[in-house]
Amino acid sequence: MNMSIASKSSSATTFLHLQHNPQHSLFRPLRSPTFLPVSLKSSSFKPPMATLAVASSTLGLSDTFSKLKQDGKVAFIPYITAGDPDLSTTAEALKVLDTCGSDIIELGVPYSDPLADGPVIQAAATRALAKGANLDAILNMLKEVIPQLSCPVALFTYYNPILKRGVEKFMITVKEVGVHGLVVPDVPLEETELLRQEASKHNIELVLLTTPTTPRERMKAIVEATEGFLYLVSSIGVTGARASVSGKVQSLLQEIKAESSKPVAVGFGISKPEHVKQVAGWGADGVIVGSAVVKILGEAKSPEEGLQELAEFTKSLKAALI
Amino acid sequence: MAFSSSNITYRATITKPSSSPYPRSNPSQSSLTFTKASTFSPKSFSVSCVMTQQSTNSSAAPAEPAVLRPDSLGRFGKFGGKYVPETLMYALSELESAFHALATDHEFQKELDGILKDYVGRESPLYFAERLTEHYKRPNGEGPEIYLKREDLNHTGAHKINNAVAQALLAKKLGKERIIAETGAGQHGVATATVCARFGLKCIIYMGAQDMERQALNVFRMKLLGAEVRAVHSGTATLKDATSEAIRDWVTNVETTHYILGSVAGPHPYPMMVREFHAVIGKETRKQALEKWGGKPDVLVACVGGGSNAMGLFHEFVDDKDVRLIGVEAAGFGLDSGKHAATLTKGEVGVLHGAMSYLLQDDDGQIIEPHSISAGLDYPGVGPEHSFLKDLGRAEYYSITDAEALEAFKRLSRLEGIIPALETSHALAYLEKLCPTLPNGTKVVLNCSGRGDKDVHTAIKHLQV
Repeated sequence: MNMSIASKSSSATTFLHLQHNPQHSLFRPLRSPTFLPVSLKSSSFKPPMATLAVASSTLGLSDTFSKLKQDGKVAFIPYITAGDPDLSTTAEALKVLDTCGSDIIELGVPYSDPLADGPVIQAAATRALAKGANLDAILNMLKEVIPQLSCPVALFTYYNPILKRGVEKFMITVKEVGVHGLVVPDVPLEETELLRQEASKHNIELVLLTTPTTPRERMKAIVEATEGFLYLVSSIGVTGARASVSGKVQSLLQEIKAESSKPVAVGFGISKPEHVKQVAGWGADGVIVGSAVVKILGEAKSPEEGLQELAEFTKSLKAALI
Repeated sequence: MAFSSSNITYRATITKPSSSPYPRSNPSQSSLTFTKASTFSPKSFSVSCVMTQQSTNSSAAPAEPAVLRPDSLGRFGKFGGKYVPETLMYALSELESAFHALATDHEFQKELDGILKDYVGRESPLYFAERLTEHYKRPNGEGPEIYLKREDLNHTGAHKINNAVAQALLAKKLGKERIIAETGAGQHGVATATVCARFGLKCIIYMGAQDMERQALNVFRMKLLGAEVRAVHSGTATLKDATSEAIRDWVTNVETTHYILGSVAGPHPYPMMVREFHAVIGKETRKQALEKWGGKPDVLVACVGGGSNAMGLFHEFVDDKDVRLIGVEAAGFGLDSGKHAATLTKGEVGVLHGAMSYLLQDDDGQIIEPHSISAGLDYPGVGPEHSFLKDLGRAEYYSITDAEALEAFKRLSRLEGIIPALETSHALAYLEKLCPTLPNGTKVVLNCSGRGDKDVHTAIKHLQV
């Protein structure tokens, strides 16, 4: 895995030349592994800010799962919507999620017509867009924040904003800011060809989804094509907290495990430590919690309170996996 | 047969634009000609694609692109497709299979034909609009002849029922007892509520809160018919948001629910299926034209929101290269005002509600709030086949402002004693621009897609009568 990171250093160098922000030029090369020459990786050189040092070991999605598996652990994957309540809070929230033990963070790009999302994430997207969040602003924020994180970030975005930017240009840009993975909920397997091609060219892991309505043969094809991990949608429906997790998840996990050794993370409707524990007990390699986390940030009286509650909630979910 | 699922290969050959006797939107642009190459049974569909390609490759003739509408992935050229959450993929393929199976099911066809005749009131007349024709006569007495395809005379007052009735029957065959639908003007909602009452199906209609206010009469009608009308407050609270909410409902209840999508939009197979269910409009028009003047129409005109009434009229004539196809969009306050719904004129290619098509979007790929006085045209997307026909140059698309549509609304009322829907009024308004350019005796068929009773409430605010 380190080899693949190192092999990217040529394009990373090009990217560095494009940076014209003298304020950050001192430590930027040290903040992300993609910018590090191989020789520096094991050196004892300390970056100017101690909190930034953790980034040098950031793995991709697939490698994160491999490492957790070796340690006998299940990945905790929270989701938040970028720009809700504002981008600076999102930046802080990413750091909070990271330090509270997240293994991967899914960051939602707000979209005007989020078909796969329930009321909580829809409302978060609407608020974020009303506050002026857009892809450029989100990427600028990530450029600063991702190097400070120890876990990889996967973007969750609908297809139209990708298309508008141009699929290749989108991949280049998100790679440049240090994003590792991508989830596009309105692009099913048949339509993924272009996305997969460009994602793979730019070393972005394109995560595909399977659901309880997906026939087994089709599920096999999806498992085959997915990268990073397989996203198992726990229930029939849109995102949003549910009272309990469908028992069908257990048999779906067994079916998937019989077909492939790729890691499987379960999401949609998982909102409590009990759910997290249950799903992990059924053999999931990762657990994704979205709306419940988004709700905390959305309903907080102030960003500070929201971040504090976020930290507590994240710890409680993470604790269920230990 | 009320509809068929024939998949036809069209070979597109480029011809000189001068071969057309009628002025075109862009004279410098070459037009494309369709000739029917072969027909296939649905089951040999995907195989046929391969066969076509092989024959093209092996023949010495110059390669001609074979165009399927749609292809096996539900694409019209690059448009269409299935951009939906994975949860819906199985339901979409189930729907497609059922559609193809029922196309050759004589019992089903017989039942549908019977309902279209005795319940919907088909066939709808092709009416010679004598005084409207007179209105467009030039000082020398010459001018085109205008005919109205009277879809407004259908039960529930618009073309929408053709599709609703067929999909309700299809839902019954699929064993789904719960029906959902989106509606803008309320016409599709009323049509859906009507057929649900007729077939004893549970009916939930999603409608933008803003549209519910504009179309209060239709809201009452739907409730009277036993439907539950759910107000959608998210986004812009119009048709786009109602459609998103209906899709979310479907994602959640897909096992028990059929979604009666009301336009030639959405993921495959809807654009194809809804077109086929409305194709009866064009088929009747061909037959009636033959009876009335022994020929074909020269120009077809229809309004385009999602585009179902236009596709229903056009489809029969797409192969008839000598028939001009004209779609009329809503220009709202004007194309440069930023407040319009002229998707094909001003939009850019993107993905909305399951299909790739032209749509109104900003620089970030967010969907822009459209505007039209007509709730049925107030949609930021358009059916993918219209995008395809536009790019091919086979159909022409123009736009009409709110003010022009209101004038036409009044004009048809005064000249023919027909109060048209505000949607239809956009098509009628385009006659003002079109008719002066047409040779004497040109046969124009305009799809009178709906009646305007529902719009009187809106018109009162704008019109002095």
